[in-house]
Amino acid sequence: MINIDAHRHVRGESVYLDDIPLVENTLFACVFDSPVAHGMIDHIDISEALNSEGVVSIITAKDIPGENQIGGIVADESLLAEKHVDFQGMPIVLVIALTEELARAAASKIKVSITPLEIVTDARIAYQNGALIIPPKQFKLGDAPSAFASCAHVFEDRVDINGQEHLYIETQGAYCIPMEGGGLKVYSSTQGPTAVQRTVSRVTGIPMHRVEVDVSRIGGGFGGKEDQANAWAALCALGSVVTGKPVKYSLHRAEDMRMTGKRNPYSADYKIGLDKDLKIIAYEVVFFQNAGAAADLSPAVLERTLFHCTNSYFIPNVIATAYCCRTHLPPNTAFRGFGGPQGMFVIESAITNAAEKLNVHPSSIQEKNLIKKGDVFPYGQIAGREAVDTWAYADKYFSFNAIRKEVDEFNSKNLNIKKGVAVMPICFGISFTKTLMNQARALVHVYTDGSVGVSTGAVEMGQGVNTKMLQVAAQVFSLPLDMIKVHTTNTLRIANTSPSAASSTADLNGKATLMACEAILERLKTVALEELNSDGTNTDIEIKNGYVYHKNELTALDWKSLLNAAYTKRISLSEHAHYSTPGIHFDWHTAKGHPFAYHTYGTCVIVVTVDCLRGIYEVDYVKGVHDFGKSMNTSVDYGQIEGGIVQGIGWMTMEEVVYDAKGKLLSNALSTYKIPDIYSVPKIIDVIPLPVTDNNLGIYSSKAVGEPPLLYGIGAYFAIRDAIRAFNPNVSPKFDPPFTPEKVLMSLYSPTKKHSTAEKNDTLQIKT
Amino acid sequence: MTVLDFVRYHRHLKGTKIGCREGDCGACTVLVGELQQDKIHYQTMTCCLMPLSNARGKHIVTIEGINPPDDSLTPVQNAIVEENGTQCGFCTVGFVMSLTCYCLAKNGDTTEEAISAMDGNICRCTGYKSLERAANRITLLMNSHNGLESISFAIEKKIIPPYFSEMPLRLSAIASTNQPPIHHPMIVSGGTDLFVQRPDELKHADFLPVFDTYEMKKIRENDDYIEIGGSVTVTDLYHSPLLQSYFPRLHRHLKLVSSTPIRNMATVAGNLVNASPIGDLTIWFLALDATVVLQNGDLREVALKDFYQGYKIMDKTPDEIVEKIYFRKPSENAYFNFEKVSKRTSLDIATVNTAILLNFEAHVITDVHISAGGVAPIPLYLKNLSSCLSGKTLPFDEKTTQELDYILQSEISPISDVRGSKEYKRLLMRQLFHTHFQHLPYRS
Repeated sequence: MINIDAHRHVRGESVYLDDIPLVENTLFACVFDSPVAHGMIDHIDISEALNSEGVVSIITAKDIPGENQIGGIVADESLLAEKHVDFQGMPIVLVIALTEELARAAASKIKVSITPLEIVTDARIAYQNGALIIPPKQFKLGDAPSAFASCAHVFEDRVDINGQEHLYIETQGAYCIPMEGGGLKVYSSTQGPTAVQRTVSRVTGIPMHRVEVDVSRIGGGFGGKEDQANAWAALCALGSVVTGKPVKYSLHRAEDMRMTGKRNPYSADYKIGLDKDLKIIAYEVVFFQNAGAAADLSPAVLERTLFHCTNSYFIPNVIATAYCCRTHLPPNTAFRGFGGPQGMFVIESAITNAAEKLNVHPSSIQEKNLIKKGDVFPYGQIAGREAVDTWAYADKYFSFNAIRKEVDEFNSKNLNIKKGVAVMPICFGISFTKTLMNQARALVHVYTDGSVGVSTGAVEMGQGVNTKMLQVAAQVFSLPLDMIKVHTTNTLRIANTSPSAASSTADLNGKATLMACEAILERLKTVALEELNSDGTNTDIEIKNGYVYHKNELTALDWKSLLNAAYTKRISLSEHAHYSTPGIHFDWHTAKGHPFAYHTYGTCVIVVTVDCLRGIYEVDYVKGVHDFGKSMNTSVDYGQIEGGIVQGIGWMTMEEVVYDAKGKLLSNALSTYKIPDIYSVPKIIDVIPLPVTDNNLGIYSSKAVGEPPLLYGIGAYFAIRDAIRAFNPNVSPKFDPPFTPEKVLMSLYSPTKKHSTAEKNDTLQIKT
Repeated sequence: MTVLDFVRYHRHLKGTKIGCREGDCGACTVLVGELQQDKIHYQTMTCCLMPLSNARGKHIVTIEGINPPDDSLTPVQNAIVEENGTQCGFCTVGFVMSLTCYCLAKNGDTTEEAISAMDGNICRCTGYKSLERAANRITLLMNSHNGLESISFAIEKKIIPPYFSEMPLRLSAIASTNQPPIHHPMIVSGGTDLFVQRPDELKHADFLPVFDTYEMKKIRENDDYIEIGGSVTVTDLYHSPLLQSYFPRLHRHLKLVSSTPIRNMATVAGNLVNASPIGDLTIWFLALDATVVLQNGDLREVALKDFYQGYKIMDKTPDEIVEKIYFRKPSENAYFNFEKVSKRTSLDIATVNTAILLNFEAHVITDVHISAGGVAPIPLYLKNLSSCLSGKTLPFDEKTTQELDYILQSEISPISDVRGSKEYKRLLMRQLFHTHFQHLPYRS
């Protein structure tokens, strides 16, 4: 089934934040943000800006009626800087003016004098300075320190992983309208309507029940609008409270890139020990997470790094430690994968490093160590069989050996073009790692004309969650799709929502929708028995295609008549249902538990071609087997697979976040930060579903598909590395993604290659 | 004001989206129809960079001008829906416009061309594979072309509404009524860089638009020379049969220059006076040893290799317009090549680019011009390397290679920036220099 929004999308009729028709008297906001990454604010001069044309109000921290605080996990982030600035791009002053242009013009006239303080952009330096946001977290399994002693091979190295800009094509923004009685209605481009509501309430002092947050859909989020949409909504709300007028702020791209955080960069040290049969016996890893200037979601991101530090492998002795380091970059935040990809990249680097040193293919180590049914993850949860199954199926369908052979043959025949191959098994735990967040609610109304309205806490951001919610209602009530409407996500209808994140949105909200629909259905079945004068039970009744069936016999009772009968009998046609994932728990004191409803697994093989003259590359294909569970919408799920893979490849290849030593973002526009275009995608993506029969806790036994496919992109890094080593066998590039064309070319011709480079140049000119 | 602000905030046509305001995402792609003789020729443009003055006398088509009135879908829209080519939907309209334009173009009935029509559209979600499949569907439809003229065919297939057939008449009624005013402090052509660098300043600026200056839009042959008007766009170069006859790999080279909608707007003069050290066309013309013709009432000629005097400093007064550029026709067996490497192969600014024009007889180089971008404060004509290459025998022996590498490295002075470290740019320049000699015909 096609995404229900598609029709409106292609006609340009879907409404996003900046498309909402404006209310009379709407004013526009713009912030003046810090040009310095760290310092004390001595003086803020707003005099010239105040006299600027069209300025209605200029607001600083002292004008905030509530709390100047937007930190969620840790209360460490001001909405507007008051005494000190902690990152370049930190909002200091809010300008409200008659038009967007005038607001921008006035903001440019603000002058702030700041006494600079030491700027730290490197997580390791922050760690050395003791700048940790939360105490370190650690996972332990077995006894790693003594296990290393028994290992035949031990390798150590360092890994540095760069961040990633979300680059949702719709920038951040909000639009706040004052309501009667001192309330606010806030339109926000957010993944977390409740987070926005809570933050607005905190900053304005207006209780949550008077703050209505409404989201139709967002133009991409990828985690970037899970927590970081809050500030813009709070600023608009602040502007509305101060001026009494509607206030809108839709960020320009440069503002968005400069002022918002990104995927957390990580640095890590690891030590891996293998026995003579290439079984991984011990693994020790220390992660230094660059959280940026405030906690934001980084502590939770850090946890997921630990949860996924052994990817889909069973390692009997593990000690993994993670430090959440405070630096002077914009606060980093959630991004598809939420720390998991960084954890997995390190173990894959360790395996590849070991393989290179031992002169074997990494896949031989990978395959030997896949986690089997009944094995335990370092955090105590027991694994299923799918890591082994997806590998075996992928190998069967696509034959890794044959691919390897093809690549080797190609390389032996081509001097300046080399192919590389990597296999990437993945494993991703599904549930918020913070157990309490695994709850959702749905509100279903059946109207007397037969139509159905569904509201949930899920935010539609292209992942097709509303389509899946509609499918659930349509299936339970056996109704045509146009009889059902999935409404906007609104905090008046659904309260206390968890953000649309952790790949769990369809599972949680789908289950709640299912429960609500089924509760109404059961009541209707009872009414049907009465209407049909049956002395049977609800199980004798079925509603199919608009008619009631009794003991599998079609009756004359249709859907609408049934509803009206129920209404006449004063039976509720509405239901508000609550779902919480059963059986999950985690104890951070022991760092053990069962945090995930289930795991999503998969195995893909990635082949790339590197042009060794120019240092540029292409991805030939990504092929493999993915564990969809029983997909409830293959169209939507394949979109997630293809999209996730390309986004992951982007992170590993061309997407390079660059800050200078002063914490200034240099990759601050689409002209300097490159994300994949249509020519950057793999020529072939062929991912087939793992045949499954088991049920799981996903909606209709489907499995979450939002984040996991991004992890396949990691394979592109190792495939490029493989190709480079085919050209320059002596080189061992640093493990420091992204593999930009710069790093590729530098590796191809690194000093160890000097002599052969000259040879290459000779041959280069006579090659036909 | 830009066309984008006009359509969204003055006409409230909200289907056209704002993604970046620098022509890099394609969310604001519109069709721009221009009357040529009695026919309309449609191109895509990212209207965030399009000054409203450049819309004068043209047919600007947003998604609202394409949507069938009965809430049905055009074949392009339908293909994208059926192939699941839309996820969050924010970029989608841009893709619809680009694929629709492909259907209106005179040439091109292959999936590759349909895909290339979308080379200026970014989808972050990322539905590219689905969009490729949609492009394939549309190509199949276009292959059923029954010989009808493209606009009529598109109307028959409901790709565009019937009112498009009236547009030539409607445009000719307004085409001659507008005269641009004469005196202005600033000159703007395609605006593809000015509106990125100085959008706020240009919003209400009074400037002289030269994009549509008829005399400056010509590519002419003149005895031994080829003349290219300052307002000729990259797309005009791409489609020029004259240039194709002299530069057989023209298409491949120009595909490395930005994206389709930007190529439709970016002009030769704009590229030259932008004075970027990595301007693709500038590098191209430097290797052709071109001459710039400047005009401010009087005419003046400057060799392009002498035109740049320092970072963004040119031998040009503010009121001088680059009227045209001309260069000697390459001889029949001359070899021309253009190389460019950037972080992303398409739709990106070069890290390093370089061009070469090489003449040789019996493996001996007789005359050569080589240029390099991104390795100095100005687009560089490699004078020393060019003169050293003269008289060298192909292929180079090791000693010659070393000598050439040495001269090359001493002639360039790259700096480290967001596009790469200076060490990388040096290595890349060496590699691209040697790559120039990869496809020399003498090997056959």
